[in-house]
Amino acid sequence: MDDLLAARSQMAMSLAFHIIFAAIGIAMPLLMVIAEWRYLRTKDEIYLTLAKRWAKGTSILFAVGAVSGTVLSFELGLLFPKFMGYAGAIIGMPFSLEGFAFFTEAIFLGIYLYGWDRISPRKHLFAGVIVALSGAASGVFVVIANAWMNTPAGFRIVNGQLTEIDPVAAMMNPNAFSQTLHMILAAYAATGFAVAGIHAFMLIRDPTNRFHRIALAIALSVGGVTAILQPLSGDILAKAVARNQPIKLAAFEGQFETETGAGVRIGGIPDEEKRETNYAITIPYGLSILAYGDPHSTVKGLNDFPQNEHPPVAIVHLAFQMMIGCGMLMLGIAAWSAWRFWRNRKNPAGKWIDSNRFLRALVCAAPLGFIAIETGWVVTEVGRQPWIIFGVMRTSEAVTPMPGLIVPFVTFTLLYIFLAIITGWLLLRQVAASPKEFEPAEANDAA
Amino acid sequence: MPLETIVAGIMLVSLIFYALLAGADYGGGVWDLFAFGTRAKQQRELIAKAISPVWEANHVWLILVIVILFTAFPPAFATAATALHIPLTLMLIGIVLRGTAFTFRTYDSKHDRVQRRWSLLFSIASIITPIVLGITLGAIASGTIRVENNAVTSGFFASWLALFPFAVGFFALALFAFLAAVYLTLETNDRQLQEDFRNRALVAGAVVGILALIVFLLAATGAPTVRAGISRSRWALALHILTAIFASGAFLALWTRRFRWAQICAAAQVSLILAGWAFAQYPFLIEPDITITTAAAPRITLQLLLGALGVGAVLLFPSYYYLFRVFKRKNTLIAIRENPDKVIG
Repeated sequence: MDDLLAARSQMAMSLAFHIIFAAIGIAMPLLMVIAEWRYLRTKDEIYLTLAKRWAKGTSILFAVGAVSGTVLSFELGLLFPKFMGYAGAIIGMPFSLEGFAFFTEAIFLGIYLYGWDRISPRKHLFAGVIVALSGAASGVFVVIANAWMNTPAGFRIVNGQLTEIDPVAAMMNPNAFSQTLHMILAAYAATGFAVAGIHAFMLIRDPTNRFHRIALAIALSVGGVTAILQPLSGDILAKAVARNQPIKLAAFEGQFETETGAGVRIGGIPDEEKRETNYAITIPYGLSILAYGDPHSTVKGLNDFPQNEHPPVAIVHLAFQMMIGCGMLMLGIAAWSAWRFWRNRKNPAGKWIDSNRFLRALVCAAPLGFIAIETGWVVTEVGRQPWIIFGVMRTSEAVTPMPGLIVPFVTFTLLYIFLAIITGWLLLRQVAASPKEFEPAEANDAA
Repeated sequence: MPLETIVAGIMLVSLIFYALLAGADYGGGVWDLFAFGTRAKQQRELIAKAISPVWEANHVWLILVIVILFTAFPPAFATAATALHIPLTLMLIGIVLRGTAFTFRTYDSKHDRVQRRWSLLFSIASIITPIVLGITLGAIASGTIRVENNAVTSGFFASWLALFPFAVGFFALALFAFLAAVYLTLETNDRQLQEDFRNRALVAGAVVGILALIVFLLAATGAPTVRAGISRSRWALALHILTAIFASGAFLALWTRRFRWAQICAAAQVSLILAGWAFAQYPFLIEPDITITTAAAPRITLQLLLGALGVGAVLLFPSYYYLFRVFKRKNTLIAIRENPDKVIG
């Protein structure tokens, strides 16, 4: 493994690890706040127990997210110092704002987790709301910086030197809005489905448990609504990519030939040697419609771009297909849930949950959102290659001269595997310790 | 004053906050390892209770330092990240293990054996991380990181694998342990626990004094320019004299059990040490090839960053004050001690 590949692998592995915790860090506070708000409205202790249970899980996950995020902020420089030396002045701004959002999140999460008995219930709920908002803000700022790497803006290059730097214009780069929207919705959808899946699993074993029924309803509401909105934001993002990075869109689709009235592929395996994508089901005019809103528009193929600017097409295309597939399944389950809820609207509350088939589907759907997030980031990041700043700087130009990068790559990989195992084990303990039969006394009980 | 100097000043202030707040959290890990005697368990509990609600927030000061560095002085960040790749990577591993071990200990089984294992990992990481942090700062001050045409020419080992950076590393550890012991005297009303940490603070304070002398002596060859800066700049000299006064004040206050005064003096002492270093090194960010001016980002970036830092400060300081008011008031601490089970809901 050469040093460039090791550096890229370490960055990819660090991101793939962190993003799970980051997404949960964005969405879990919202679930906690909803549960606590329901408690304040109804005075039903079960909501308080739920908020506290979720808070415990969040506390573990947030700690791992905070340290793995710190690793990333250093790794930008440790692995790609020339990128940071070149671009720091342009895109440091969203990172600075993210710093303050993270500060706010950490401060109020401390208050939230340890302040149950120290501040009034309203102030406590307010602290939770701030955690939820600042968590989302952190995500927005970080994704804005990534969007800039895809659609750089806010500077000019004269004789290889950057001039007319405008950090505000850099933050308003063409992909900023669509990418942040897509990622924030993804965080809620993935977390909502994962949490709903866990509680569905517990309900299959213990169908009348009110604790899990309420938890499932809250988590699925958040996950379901965002899963229904997500394809719309995906469409906005795909149109932005078509406009701003046509070569990347071609890689998404495994589209080698430039084509008017291009069809959209479902599945298919790109053959980069022969420059064709085989075994796909093609829906005529689909891609032209999706990318440009016109069945007769022309979609540029990869062959129109120099070979040395092609991203690894097969990986990008397959990851893209997986992301879309997961998203569609989640959309289907969200629609099914909504339909069950509507059909049972006159029945006693919670009747819509009572179906083993439905619960089993939710269990199976639990990981889908996170698979979509991981594959979605493969699409974004691998699809940007060979550039670190699209069209401006190649990843190979940015990498550190440090030799032996396989050592930190292997070290961090082992470290993160260790953390993943422990985190999983501790969360399992929390789930296993959840109330079998709900007793109000539980709410005031300590761990 | 030029914008870049103001931004560099804010970066220094953030670093000082990191040392005063997160530094003490690391120091807590040191005392977790050295908890002994009949009250070892109570000592550990006190440390955990003091750290739990605040360590995540305290940790963010480091992120702020890094973000200011790479936004306002991108070439300095690129250089430090290249030349100090190895110690910075070790520091990151330390940060990851410290934070996660501490959290895992809170949520894992309460069996003694399991708890001891996480405690050990937590405290070892709490010891290694400040040492490596000190090594990186020592390397930056030593003047051995050389740059030509934006490329590091001094290699990946020479700048930090030397006596002086390591002395600074142990000095940083001693300072953090000292801070933690002083703060912990104020976290409890239990006289015996207070005495435990008073004694630890006195010992750590003495070690700080010895290591300060060693660092100073080693600086003659290890960081000649910075040491010359101390005598060259009147400011730097004044700061060092003030530091000595506060160090003596902290010792005296500990001796006479005026713990609030000890805390104020110790915090002032640590702040002045960092400020003294900065003044002696001014105008270099990375001595001798990168100055504040040569590394500075364009004016528009600095202006916007200053604006963001201003707005951020308006949000941050009241929030921080609130966090500490909720958890660090005397009566809440008593409540926590009397009712430890209720801390984590």
